[in-house]
Amino acid sequence: MSDHEYTPKSKVGKWFNDRLPLLTLANHLTDYPTPKNLNYWWTFGGILTFCLITQIITGIVLGMHYVAHADLAFQSVEHIMRDVNYGWLIRYVHANGASMFFLAVYIHIFRSLYYGSYKSPREVIWIIGMLIYFLMMATAFMGYVLPWGQMSFWGATVITNLFSAIPLVGESITNWLWGGYSVDNPTLTRFFSLHYLFPFLILGLVVLHIWALHVPGNNNPIGIDIKKPSKDTVPFHPYIVIKDLFALLIFLLIFAFFVFFSPNILGHADNYIEANPLVTPAHIVPEWYLLPFYAILRSVPDKLLGVIAMFAAIFVLVILPWLDTSKVRSTVFRPIYKQFYWFLVADVLILGYVGAMPAEGLYLLIARVATAYYFAHFLIILPFLGLKEKTTPLPLSITEPILGGSPDMAMARNNSNYKEKL
Amino acid sequence: MSDSEKKKPNRRDFIVTATTAAGAVGVGAVVWPLVDQMNPDASVKALASTEVDISAVEPGQSITVLWRGKPVFIKRRTKEEIDSARAVDLSELKHPEKDEDRAKNPEWLVMLGVCTHLGCVPLTDKGDYGAWFCPCHGSHYDTSGRIRKGPAPTNMEVPKYEFVNSNTIKIG
Repeated sequence: MSDHEYTPKSKVGKWFNDRLPLLTLANHLTDYPTPKNLNYWWTFGGILTFCLITQIITGIVLGMHYVAHADLAFQSVEHIMRDVNYGWLIRYVHANGASMFFLAVYIHIFRSLYYGSYKSPREVIWIIGMLIYFLMMATAFMGYVLPWGQMSFWGATVITNLFSAIPLVGESITNWLWGGYSVDNPTLTRFFSLHYLFPFLILGLVVLHIWALHVPGNNNPIGIDIKKPSKDTVPFHPYIVIKDLFALLIFLLIFAFFVFFSPNILGHADNYIEANPLVTPAHIVPEWYLLPFYAILRSVPDKLLGVIAMFAAIFVLVILPWLDTSKVRSTVFRPIYKQFYWFLVADVLILGYVGAMPAEGLYLLIARVATAYYFAHFLIILPFLGLKEKTTPLPLSITEPILGGSPDMAMARNNSNYKEKL
Repeated sequence: MSDSEKKKPNRRDFIVTATTAAGAVGVGAVVWPLVDQMNPDASVKALASTEVDISAVEPGQSITVLWRGKPVFIKRRTKEEIDSARAVDLSELKHPEKDEDRAKNPEWLVMLGVCTHLGCVPLTDKGDYGAWFCPCHGSHYDTSGRIRKGPAPTNMEVPKYEFVNSNTIKIG
């Protein structure tokens, strides 16, 4: 991985490193050459790692007090809130931590979409990222079931019933998922078990994600290939480390605002009512981070097709590196794609909004248009735009536009003169 | 591959194939218990039937009982409700079923109170057909529990049940 051979200075270090090259790994991570023009949108990888560790630590602590049983779960959560020392804090950090985790992951994903980080040679990083995202949604969903409130119960019912749409075997699959004929205690205990497991699978995938990142190195805001190490790069430590820490600090301010000032604003009041299999709440909504997919599910009038559309909405993201035919990575040099990018952002926000509204009348119409546009963006606009769009010229290196004396990328157009002067 | 390159299977190929096949069976035998442990267990299956006393239910009234963890609607229908259910032309229905087949005793409609869309419990005496309406995704059911409007694909399911005597229904 590292471009140069590393030898520890101390004798003990060398002895150990010859047997397990942990110090070589640490050296690689420290010296890892990073594009010097990374902006603050690149700090979310570090923030996400922080979120994952926070969720794991608070989750392990909550697991010490929580009881995974249909008759006791709701009470045990109240016990955590009222009796356990700082239980309220740990639970609020865990519950809001999930929201902050998704906030960060959406920024991270849209950063990648804007700067073309999913394109060759980074497709595998992207696909592993999508696997992580999918596991995050599964983990968050199962975690939301554990307090065994009304939203827990009915959210679990609706989501597990998605599988009943599968022809022939659907009912057997849902009964298998439930361990019975409805969401009940066996469902709760297995969700608890898997909710505990999945974060560690995510952790494993994060290691692969970073490993795959360190093979080609970071993309950067202008999306060109750079030589590493060169005057276009800086070592990861201390430059990126300190920048990531600063961004994390700002992120923590927002996180702390939710935890201490409005810990329940992102949740749903109905989840403070114990689960009742006889009464469905008047209006079921999933957590905010799942709303766009929920809107897609509801916008299709057929049960099976609705489920297929919802999963397809995630799958088109997985194959995105092959749907986007443009060789230019950064949106900075793609004037037309830039507009479509912001259309997509607006479209996803609209889907999220109508996902929270009742599926009727105008909301349903908007949801249908937005769903159609979502798929059109990935399946029609991206493949054709990549072939047709006239992109603006790319600079030869990160430093070139600056050393060429022009503050903007426009000077790159005359870069042939500049090269001769060098 | 040309014919000259194609080699005849020898005894070693046989051993490899046989070993792989036996190995696959072995893996399957190990995996299946791990998969099947998630299916409904004996204690869940043991609660498969419920007896319900219906003597106190007046015409037009509906009660909800829990069977296999799911709500079951037991509705004593009025004359008008029966008539409106029976008057419907089958060609109007998304999932054509005669009311006569759904309610053996026309006065009593027994069905799973579970929306066939995604499993919510529909509200009684609501919706466009004055019968059941699912608040989750807007499915309307008629007085026979048949889907008339909305995303649900089929009518509400009628479980296996029988009248033990005129006052008791056994579900399951």
